[in-house]
Amino acid sequence: MSVRVSMKVNGKPVSADIEERTLLVSFIRENLRLTGTHVGCDTAQCGACTVHLNGKAIKSCSIVAMQAEGADILTIEAVAHPDGTLHPMQAAFKENHGLQCGFCTPGMVMNALDFASSHPNPSEQEVRESLEGNLCRCTGYHNIVKSIMAGARAMAAAK
Amino acid sequence: MHAFQYHRPTSSKEAIGLAGQKAEGRYLAGGQSLVQAMKLRLSSPSDLIDLGTIKELAGVKVSGSAVEIGAMTRHAEVAASAEVKRAIPSLAAMAGMIGDRQVRHMGTIGGSLANNDPAADYPAAVLALNATVTTNKRKIGADQYFKGLYETALEPSELITAVSFQVPKRGAYMKFKNPASRFALVGVFVADFGSGNVRVGVTGAGPSAFRQTEMEKALSAKFAPEAVAAIKVKPDGLNNDLHASPEYRAHLITVMCKRAVEQALK
Repeated sequence: MSVRVSMKVNGKPVSADIEERTLLVSFIRENLRLTGTHVGCDTAQCGACTVHLNGKAIKSCSIVAMQAEGADILTIEAVAHPDGTLHPMQAAFKENHGLQCGFCTPGMVMNALDFASSHPNPSEQEVRESLEGNLCRCTGYHNIVKSIMAGARAMAAAK
Repeated sequence: MHAFQYHRPTSSKEAIGLAGQKAEGRYLAGGQSLVQAMKLRLSSPSDLIDLGTIKELAGVKVSGSAVEIGAMTRHAEVAASAEVKRAIPSLAAMAGMIGDRQVRHMGTIGGSLANNDPAADYPAAVLALNATVTTNKRKIGADQYFKGLYETALEPSELITAVSFQVPKRGAYMKFKNPASRFALVGVFVADFGSGNVRVGVTGAGPSAFRQTEMEKALSAKFAPEAVAAIKVKPDGLNNDLHASPEYRAHLITVMCKRAVEQALK
């Protein structure tokens, strides 16, 4: 059985005939070929699949694509400026060595963007709590926390 | 995941009608437990009835002595609600401790209570705040709602529409998180309604959330951490798994209850 799904992804309307059981992350990666959104644990723990649904960070491996019918989805591909200039949060990850292998980074950045929009100057404790749903196996989180604190301040300054 | 048919009703009435026709159908709230269970093939419904677009099921209403939360209200909305924070700050704080940020943006109170995971947070609040679960058919009191491991008083196709919490004088929720999953190894919600009426809801420790009546009695006489400090909870019937023994969980109930009372008194 298949069903028609339509939504806006990174500002562009998209639609496709998919199986009902297609996860949102599979739709994004396999139908739309946007492979910046990663699948890490596939069990809702690691957060590598984090995207924004109507402006809120969610785990795209934990909902079926049909739950996003009619929604606005933002993925990591649309975060940087079209000319390639990094978003202040991405730049902060680069400057603060907030990544090593980079696998978790898209999910980290997507969660951090949503968090920073309501926390312009977060404390280290607040940032650590905000990362409960994102796992990193390389960095030990220290530089990710620094990156998000710096990124949030840069975002607030750019407003 | 096994194949299923997807439905997107726009009213509760339509959703309930669909559920009545599909013997193996399930309601889909936020999907934060159900979708994962389906991926593991622990659950394989023939039909998913998505409640996500039914507006009448979401929202918060405060009326004097009660806070009513629509079944499809997301955890993040309860945590951030100025009305809930004013009326029952401990309930807003508890909602802000569920899962993680991403899960709180999707997960709903109705979904959590219908699923009744033994380590879910809301059941402790429902018991401590003497809540009433409203469905399309009836009102179910907190003490009649939880029946066992993933079991509730809900009948097939019965739909939770809202949950109404009583406003206490003071209260707090404390949980000891499993260091890996962050689920409650033990969580204790304490609510003091004044004039010697204290309720204590415990989650994570047993197959389903329960009230700790010995602690309720002690706290009703004196609402202070030392009132429960000496209570030794019996480990009989508590969960035993690789994360903790029944004895450890029993010990944690006293510790978390003490901390919750301390927090409530702040």
